[in-house]
Amino acid sequence: MRRWKKLFSLLVAASGLASVLLLLAYGLGTDPRAIPSPLIGREAPPFSLPLFDGGTLRLTDLRGNVVVLNFWASWCYPACWNEAPRLQAVWEQYRDQGVMLVGVNYQDREADARAFIERFGKTFPSGPDVGSRIAIDYGVYGVPETFFIDRQGRIAHKHIGEIGTAALHEWITRLLSQRRGEPSS
Amino acid sequence: MKRRLHIALLLALGLALLQAQWVIAASDTLEHQVKDIAAQLRCPVCQNLSVADTPSELGRNMRALIRDQLQQGRTREEIIAYFVDKYRTWVLLEPERRGFNLIVWWGPVLGLLGGLAGMVLVVRRWVRATPPQLMPMAPAAPYVEQVRRDVAHLAAKEEQP
Repeated sequence: MRRWKKLFSLLVAASGLASVLLLLAYGLGTDPRAIPSPLIGREAPPFSLPLFDGGTLRLTDLRGNVVVLNFWASWCYPACWNEAPRLQAVWEQYRDQGVMLVGVNYQDREADARAFIERFGKTFPSGPDVGSRIAIDYGVYGVPETFFIDRQGRIAHKHIGEIGTAALHEWITRLLSQRRGEPSS
Repeated sequence: MKRRLHIALLLALGLALLQAQWVIAASDTLEHQVKDIAAQLRCPVCQNLSVADTPSELGRNMRALIRDQLQQGRTREEIIAYFVDKYRTWVLLEPERRGFNLIVWWGPVLGLLGGLAGMVLVVRRWVRATPPQLMPMAPAAPYVEQVRRDVAHLAAKEEQP
């Protein structure tokens, strides 16, 4: 009788400890920085962006195009520096096929941003995100982040961090091959 | 005539002061509201800092956004819902009280209750395991007598001037 009691209490203590350890292991296993966006599949929040080259770009005017929305900053080194030539190359390759690249300059100084554009010869439209309003509306955590918006104006994919040429091609061709009205994912 | 002018000026000054006071009070409560909402939100570019506490630029921008939304008449709940809509519940510093998160809210209470129950069990076992005949009976009487005598002595001393 006493032995059973002892065994029972031991079992209770062990299972308690095990559940705490399991919880800890689960918590340590997840990456606190990997935050899935709730915006995938939803309509891209509309915005209007004053451009460095003058004029204003409205997202709603781009409906019908595949839009690659890139949040960047000149101080974001090396990620933004690495991906800038890739974005420019993709822009040159796809600009006549209904693809629009838009750079949203995040928390930057205008002179620095302009120098960055010149340095990498970026020709796609870019503009400053005043007060980070667009970034917050897109749930941006940091730069660089790149959103792929389909022809219906829905967010199909979000890439966090430096983007490679392969990912750019993959998502652009995937969204280009979609017929109108087809869901993006 | 001059006196009337004086009075009118004083009145105007008083009104202006009142108005200023009112403006300060209004902005004070607005800032208070902004801070209150920002304290609920987790700063996306920091490590475990609220939007109210962070000196980062994004935090400042977020506070400005909260202020604007408040001035547009949005409620506290609507503004928090906006941020959750963009950043998921990740943005909330206090986990929501439902589902798996309940462990955080009730786990400590359960642990405390379990610990208390365990302590009661252990103490009861100790009490039962100690045979009463082993408890030494201290011979108290001589000490009590001594204390009585000391007290009487002190009392006698006190009474003397």
